[in-house]
Amino acid sequence: MELIANLSLGFTTAFTGANLLYCLAGVFLGTLIGVLPGLGPTATIAMLLPVTFTLPPVSALIMLAGIYYGSQYGGSTTSILVNVPGEAASVVTTLDGYQMARQGRAGVALATAAIGSFFAGTVATLLLALFAPPLAEIALKFGPADYFSLMVLGLIAAVVLAQGSLLHAVGMVVLGLLLGLVGTDVNSGIERFTFDIPELADGVGFVVVAMGMFGLGEIIRNLENEKLRSEVVTKIASLMPTKEDWKRMMWPILRGTAIGSALGILPGSGSILGSFAAYSIEKKVSKNSAEFGKGAIEGVAAPESANNAGAQTSFIPLLTLGIPSNPVMALMVGAMIIQGIQPGPAVITEQPALFWGIIVSMWIGNFFLIILNLPLIGMWVRIIMVPYRFLFPAILVFCAIGVFSLKNVEFDIYFMALFGVLGYIFTKLDCEPAPMLLAFILGPLMEQYLRRALLLSRGDPTVFFRRPISATLLTLALLALIVACIPVLYKKREEAFREEP
Amino acid sequence: MGSALKMGPAYFPTILSSLLIIIGVISLVRSFIQQGTPIGSFTFRGLLLVITATMLFGLIVRGAGMIVALPALVIISAYASIRFRWGESLVLAAGLTLFCILVFLKGLGVPLPIVGLWFTR
Repeated sequence: MELIANLSLGFTTAFTGANLLYCLAGVFLGTLIGVLPGLGPTATIAMLLPVTFTLPPVSALIMLAGIYYGSQYGGSTTSILVNVPGEAASVVTTLDGYQMARQGRAGVALATAAIGSFFAGTVATLLLALFAPPLAEIALKFGPADYFSLMVLGLIAAVVLAQGSLLHAVGMVVLGLLLGLVGTDVNSGIERFTFDIPELADGVGFVVVAMGMFGLGEIIRNLENEKLRSEVVTKIASLMPTKEDWKRMMWPILRGTAIGSALGILPGSGSILGSFAAYSIEKKVSKNSAEFGKGAIEGVAAPESANNAGAQTSFIPLLTLGIPSNPVMALMVGAMIIQGIQPGPAVITEQPALFWGIIVSMWIGNFFLIILNLPLIGMWVRIIMVPYRFLFPAILVFCAIGVFSLKNVEFDIYFMALFGVLGYIFTKLDCEPAPMLLAFILGPLMEQYLRRALLLSRGDPTVFFRRPISATLLTLALLALIVACIPVLYKKREEAFREEP
Repeated sequence: MGSALKMGPAYFPTILSSLLIIIGVISLVRSFIQQGTPIGSFTFRGLLLVITATMLFGLIVRGAGMIVALPALVIISAYASIRFRWGESLVLAAGLTLFCILVFLKGLGVPLPIVGLWFTR
């Protein structure tokens, strides 16, 4: 019954004219950047963070959230029509989606993706509404040692699920933690790692890092080889799936939703892992598995449902525990902090309007998306045709101005450029930048919890293993690490990521 | 640096740095033992142009103003594309400059001059 009361609070918050508009703007923008290859939700949200300063907290978060799950819708459009994934999680959709398009079934493929995404988004939002409050209650029992261990688990999970070398991913995490420590130490007032540069006294801005590594780094990487695109399918016949299609897509959508929801909660993955897993599992389980790769509708339905479900459930750790589970969520943490909201389990009780408003707006957003996308297909197709050489200077401009607008210092632009170089070099050296961003956000927090934990235990480091929650979390982290190191699974992990561009 | 009970500001950084040094050494040793994957294509041109364009923008935006700095940013970075053409890029630069002035300067109030200090003094 409490659920009904909460949901109605959410409705009143989310259904204001302003918030509906922000939701619409968010999902529209999200779809747009999902459609455009080379521009992803991470860079976009980083670019828009400065804009959200001026908005009220609920509106800001509604819009940013809309951008994230909206981008999952848009990503599938380019995958199907151009054989280019618009977004990392849509890679798998290219396999069958493009084939369907070439067989004249582009409309059906697009419709399937939209339907699956809508269903998954709705279910995942419901899961969020059902499980977040109890989870937050459990989280209130967490002590500083437990929080520290949770963050360790989160970072280890991000390492395990990252592409590339495991060792390098750990290194990136440590580097990120160190980077997060740059600035003035809260406890002692002493400056660390600032090299007497005054602009660094407040630490390195995460927007600077995010835009540099993900925005600029990505641009430079795309400039390596400007491929000629595959033939774009522009003729889109009927959008309506046949009865046979409906029957075939039903179970993949259900399975994809389940897999995506489960994996989205795990730190480190968001929507990407879910879509890969859903495709592989669907292929094994399906009766029509021979058709996979040649235009099987299941090959579109399953991953598309999974990536949308994952995008929504990845909000769960953020809204309940205050811990980001992927770089996009890390940026959300930033947005919340800027608005003066301390992310954590207290958010549900202290700011119920915010919490439930966001959840309801997610459902509204999914609804907008399915209405938007199908009629506007023609427009998206035309946008896809914009050549990259026009796009990336624009992205660069928005990054430069955006990062400047944070503190009005040119230093931030230079620093962003530095991270652009680093981001590019890191990816060339097989070091995944995503775990670094996660660690960067968590670094100062981890130090606080470590300090508090050791203070409470009077300098006794075994406290991390004596408290039951902390011990469980650390054991899980260790298990994850061991499992990732076992050679057999090691090969599987490499295989799973080899398809990623 | 302090002890475990009373962590000084250098405690956590020291732990982390030590960890990083160990990881670095392992990686170094590993690179001599194992066969690694080659790095693949490295775009010096792209890297150089994008970074130079960005740094240049930061340097001259207050002095020369948006009307000079932004087109510079656009054109220098656009040059990194192998499909660069002067006509298109100039149009793109003009369009983006106009858009940014309207949206960022007038709309959002970002304190960047349209015509910079070098010209108005």
